[in-house]
Amino acid sequence: MRHVISVLVQDHPRVLNRITGLFARRGFNLESLAVGTTHVPGLSRISLVVSGDDRTLEQVEKQLNRLIEVLKVTDHAEPHVERELALVKVHVAGVEERLAVKDIQEAFRARVVDVAQKSLILELTGDSKKIDSFIEALRPYGILEVMRTGAVAMSRGERTLKVREKREAV
Amino acid sequence: MKGAEALLKALEREGVEVIFGHPGGAIMPVYDALYDSGIRHILVRHEQGGVHAATAYARASGKVGVVMATSGPGALNLVTGLADAYMDSTPVVAITGNVPRSLIGTDAFQEADVTGVTMPITKHNYLVQEANDIPGVVREAFHIASSGRPGPVLIDLPKDVQLAEFTGTFDVELDLPGYKPTTRGHPKQIERALEALEKAERPILMVGGGAQHAHGELLAFAERTGIPVITTLMGLGAFPGNHPLWLGMPGMHGTVAANRAIHHADVILAIGLRFDDRVTGKVSRFAPHAHTIIHVDIDPAEIGKLVRTHIPIVGDARFVLREMLKGAKPLKLASWWRQLEEWRTRYPLRWKPRPHLQSQEVIKAFAEATGGHAIVTTGVGQHQMFAAQFFPVTRPRSFITSGGLGTMGVGLPFAIGAKVARPEELVIDFDGDGSFQMTLQELATLVKYKLDVKVVVLNNGYLGMVRQWQDLFHARRYSEVYLADSNPDFARLAEAYGIKGVRVERKEDLMKGVEAVLSTDGPVVAEFKVYHEEGVFPMIPAGGAAEDMILEHPAEREEVEA
Ligand SMILES: Cc1ncc(C[n+]2csc(CCOP(=O)(O)OP(=O)(O)O)c2C)c(N)n1
Repeated sequence: MRHVISVLVQDHPRVLNRITGLFARRGFNLESLAVGTTHVPGLSRISLVVSGDDRTLEQVEKQLNRLIEVLKVTDHAEPHVERELALVKVHVAGVEERLAVKDIQEAFRARVVDVAQKSLILELTGDSKKIDSFIEALRPYGILEVMRTGAVAMSRGERTLKVREKREAV
Repeated sequence: MKGAEALLKALEREGVEVIFGHPGGAIMPVYDALYDSGIRHILVRHEQGGVHAATAYARASGKVGVVMATSGPGALNLVTGLADAYMDSTPVVAITGNVPRSLIGTDAFQEADVTGVTMPITKHNYLVQEANDIPGVVREAFHIASSGRPGPVLIDLPKDVQLAEFTGTFDVELDLPGYKPTTRGHPKQIERALEALEKAERPILMVGGGAQHAHGELLAFAERTGIPVITTLMGLGAFPGNHPLWLGMPGMHGTVAANRAIHHADVILAIGLRFDDRVTGKVSRFAPHAHTIIHVDIDPAEIGKLVRTHIPIVGDARFVLREMLKGAKPLKLASWWRQLEEWRTRYPLRWKPRPHLQSQEVIKAFAEATGGHAIVTTGVGQHQMFAAQFFPVTRPRSFITSGGLGTMGVGLPFAIGAKVARPEELVIDFDGDGSFQMTLQELATLVKYKLDVKVVVLNNGYLGMVRQWQDLFHARRYSEVYLADSNPDFARLAEAYGIKGVRVERKEDLMKGVEAVLSTDGPVVAEFKVYHEEGVFPMIPAGGAAEDMILEHPAEREEVEA
C-alpha cells in the first residue's frame, strides 16, 4: 500500500542523510521525498511516499521516531491534501502539435513557463495521479525532460503536525 | 580557555573519570589539555581496543564509557566497536578529532567522513562547528547515550575548533525536542499484563540485556509470582544463574528446559530483549502455543518488530517491574513446574567426556574455584557459548560478551574495561585462540596499567565455531579454519610482554593450572590446550525451531531422544 508520511524535523545538517540512510539500511521502499522549511525557524517538514504492508509502515514510523532530530511523524491515513509539482519539457515540431499540446495544457490547467522554437516547458501541480496522466497525455508529442518534486502533503481541517507536549523527564 | 579544555571540563561535569584512547595529530589539542586534567587516560594499542574497553567499562559500571581517537584512521578503527556497542545498546561516547573545518571535504591528510561512516552504527552523532557549542553537545551526547535505549554517540571535533577560544557557558539546558523516551509503562497495559499472567497456565519470563539494571525488581517479581525465568546471552546475570526459578539461556545453544518452556508457554513476558534470531530461531515457529506475548521495552521500535506482541509496554524495565510488583500475586504453576523440572533434570547441560582436556571442564573448574564470583568476558565462538553455559553468573553486569554483533576480539579489551571499572573484582577473559589473536596487542595495556586480568585461552587450534558448522552442515570440509600450524606459544607470548604465562595440556593438570592462574598476583595468560573437535550442544541449527534441537553430535549419538 502507498502511504504518504509527513515528518517534522530540526533542520540540522545531515538530517536528510539520516532519513535516507535509514530507509536504505532497513530496506524500506522510498518512492519520493520532498523537503522544505516551515514557518517556524529551525524546523523543516518532509513528505515521504512509501509503500509496504502495515507492519513495514509501522516500523518506518517507529524507526523515524527514533531519530533524535525527528519531532513528529504522521502517516496521512485521514483526509489530506496532496500535491506534486512537475515541469515537463515537450517537443513541439509544428503548429499542429503546438495546438494539441495547448489543449492538453488547458485540460489539465497547466501553465506554460518557457517557450522555444521547438519545445515548451509546462508546469503542473496536482496529486501524483494527475501528473501521471498529464505526462501520459503528452508522451505522444515527444517528452524531452520531466522533473517532478515528489508529493507534499497536509492534513485537511484543524489537524496539524504539532510537536507533542513535553511528557516526562527521563 | 581553548575548545579542547572546554571539552575536558564538560566531560568532567558529566562525571567522566576515565577515557580510553589513542592520540594523533587531529586530536592533539585535547591530549595537550589532558596533560593538566584530572581525568585518567588509558592508552590502548589500537583504537578498537579502546572502544571495546569503553563498552565493557559501561557494561560493568552502569556509567557511560568514553573513548577518544584521532581523525581518519584512528576514528575508522572505532567502527567495529561502535557497531558492537550499538547492537548491544551500550552507552558509549566516542570523541574523534577531525581535520580543520577549512579542510573538511577536501580529501585532506587523515580526513574521513566519520560522522557519515558512523551514522548507521551510532544512536546519534555530531560534527561540532563552534567551540562554544562544545558544552551543549557534550551534555546532549551523554544524555542520549545513557537514557532511553542506551547506545553509542560520536562527537567529531575539527582541530581548529579544539584550538579556538572558548567564550561560552557550561550551564547549558538540554534542548532535544525530538527525544523524549517513555520510561513509565502504560498503566492499562501493565494491568492487562498482570491479568494475562494470572490466567496463564504455562507462563515464562524472558529477560534480556535491557533488564541488567532491574535485577532487584526482577528477582522480587519472579519470587513473588514463582514464574520460571529465562535469560538471554545479554541477560545473563540480570537474574541469578543459581536460582531455582532459572531455566537457563534460550536459543541456538540454550538449555533444553528453556527452549521447551518457550515452545510450550501460553503467556510470555519478555523484558528488555529484542528477539534476536539466535534466540527465536525461525520466527514463524517461535513460541507456537503462546496466545499472549507481553513485550516490555524502552524502545517502541523493538515492539512488534519481529514477533507479534499482544500486550506492548513501552517503558524502562525497572519502572515497569516496580509497577507490576504492586499487583503481582503468586501464580498457581505446580503442574507447569513439574514439567519444567522434568526437562531440567532429564536434560542438564553436559558434555561427552573425552581423554583430552575440554573447554567445558576448564570453565567449570574456574566457576567452582571462584564460586562464580568473577566478572567474565569472552571472545566470540564456541568458548563464548561454553562460558555462557558453564559459568553460572549470579550477579548483574558480570558477564560481558558481544551478543548482537558477535565481534571476535572483544575478550581482552572487554576485560580491560571491566577491570578499570571494577578494580576490586576478579576479571577472567575466556578467549578463543582465534578471537584472542584479533586484539592481543592490548596485553601491553595490561602491563602499562598493571591491570590484574586473567586471560584464559581455550586453544582448540581451530576457528572452532566455524569448524563446527563445517562439520555439521558442510560435510566436514574444513575450509580455512585451521590455526594450530601457526599459533604462537601463548604462554611465551605473554612472557614477551612481561606477563606470567601458564600452559596446561593434560586433563590431570587442570586443577594445577586453575590454581596457578588464580593464585597469581597480577595479569596472567593461561593457555589450555583443549580437544580440537569439540562441538557446542545442544544446538538448534540456524533457522530452525525448538523442536529441531540436537542434543549431541549426530555421529556421537548413543540413544535417540524423544
Ligand atoms: C571479527 C569476526 N570475524 C569473524 C567472525 C566469524 N566467527 C564466528 S566464531 C569464529 C571462530 C572463533 O574461533 P575462536 O576464537 O578460536 O573460538 P572457538 O570457536 O574456537 O572457541 C569466527 C571466525 C566473527 N564472529 N567476528
